[in-house]
Amino acid sequence: MIDTTMTRSALPSSEITPESVYLDRRRFLAAAGVLGAGLVVAPALGACAPAAADASQQGSLGTPYGLQPYDKPNSYEDVTSYNNFYEFGTGKEDPKANAQQFTTKPWTVKVEGLVSKPGDYQLEDFLKPSKMEDRIYRMRCVEAWSMVIPWRGVPLADVIRRAGPTSAAKYVEFTTLYDPKRMPGQGMRYLDWPYNEGLRLDEAMHPLAMLVTGVYGRDLPNQNGAPLRLVVPWKYGFKGIKSIVRIRLTSAMPKTAWSEAIPSEYGFYANVNPEVDHPRWSQATERRIGQFRRIPTLMFNGYADQVASLYSGMDLRRNY
Amino acid sequence: MAPVGGIARQPRGFGVLLVLAALAPAVVVVYAMLSDLFMGSNWLGADPVKSGEHLLGEWTLRLLFGTLLITPLRRVTGWNWLAKHRRTLGLFAFAYVSLHLLTWTLLDVQIGISEYVGWADIKKDILKRPFITIGMLAFLLMVPLAVTSTKKMIARLGKNWRKLHRLVYVIPVLGVVHYWMAVKLDITEPAIYALFLAGLLYWRARQARITRAAATVPSPAETVAA
Repeated sequence: MIDTTMTRSALPSSEITPESVYLDRRRFLAAAGVLGAGLVVAPALGACAPAAADASQQGSLGTPYGLQPYDKPNSYEDVTSYNNFYEFGTGKEDPKANAQQFTTKPWTVKVEGLVSKPGDYQLEDFLKPSKMEDRIYRMRCVEAWSMVIPWRGVPLADVIRRAGPTSAAKYVEFTTLYDPKRMPGQGMRYLDWPYNEGLRLDEAMHPLAMLVTGVYGRDLPNQNGAPLRLVVPWKYGFKGIKSIVRIRLTSAMPKTAWSEAIPSEYGFYANVNPEVDHPRWSQATERRIGQFRRIPTLMFNGYADQVASLYSGMDLRRNY
Repeated sequence: MAPVGGIARQPRGFGVLLVLAALAPAVVVVYAMLSDLFMGSNWLGADPVKSGEHLLGEWTLRLLFGTLLITPLRRVTGWNWLAKHRRTLGLFAFAYVSLHLLTWTLLDVQIGISEYVGWADIKKDILKRPFITIGMLAFLLMVPLAVTSTKKMIARLGKNWRKLHRLVYVIPVLGVVHYWMAVKLDITEPAIYALFLAGLLYWRARQARITRAAATVPSPAETVAA
């Protein structure tokens, strides 16, 4: 049985629960005098968690995609204080410390390349036609740690479809803001700024790929890649490019930040794969932040049923 | 060599103070790590194992550097009583590297703890991943030094003791290389350690050259004979 309740978050429950559920629940919790004191299992949740794990369930944090029994959402605190976002420093705690002054309003997203409708869009207009969704995904970092995170965002496919890719478009390239004054980490040449990422067009059109604007039902904190980031749950976390300002459709495979920096360790595909080790560590298991014991890493991070067909016939050892 | 100045005799309580100072980081780190893991505190961030593991590694290097710092410090200050504390620092370095290794095996890789990890995994790590190979080699080289640190062993090994203990120049180099290779991109911190170590080793090399030069200068008697 899937348990989607949190154990360590101090969020008010109203922030993370569908309105219809939390209105009832808020009354219940207020009556019980525990509002804001962390989550308890409210009666309303009972209806949300029938037995088997599948993608159709509605939990309080959104749809839990293919989670295992040991997959409990990480606390809001962990999700927002342990980040890899080198634009704000290379330490895990640096982004939270250094990104507080970062302003994300206004924010323009440029759509260009092989599309019928290129243009500069205000973020609000860019996303408005799509329906916001809450989804709980596993996030597996290439460094062999992982989290479970309730994201809020829109399907990437929606946005790309609206841009109207031409028949020549084969790849999607994403680019992070480049502004060393606002992103102090860009003053150091760890990576060849701005950060670039890319997906094959069919990967980008997959329903699991998401453009994210929020976490735990709140606006994305700056350290998590505000105001707009990519989440591709079957790939290593570094594919989830943050603070996106440009989306370009191309015919050639885009260059990506980490595979340019260390090509022997990071490839374009970066699919989570327990059988293909990183040169410096094993990818067979992972440590879940907030839990002590290692757990096995699953093929495509547990999303093999949904995405394996994208790679049929491909040598995943060579295309790491 | 005559003292240039400073304290010719060891201040009272220095030995105890040094032991406490060397012990404190280990107590703090190990406590914080275990408390974060099993009692829900948050001293070391979201991944206390990695943080603790790294801190113990860094303290190992600091203590190794401490052992190398004793001789130059003696030369500069004339505090020759510092010499006997080199062993204290060396043994603490060994204690820290042991804790670093234990943290790695038990809490990080979780040998014997996680059902998904076996000895084959750790063997693969040690043999196939150069930064771990080098770190392990540094640890193994420290074992004989720790074992032969007693007065009895010093007496028994005689001249060979000095030879064996020249490994103190090799071990920190391996340690810094291990650290350098372990980081992903931002090599700022290992570079600082490397620079510091280079300074210490440079001083040694220069000192050795001066000593050698002094030894090969012909004595006045020889000069006269020529």
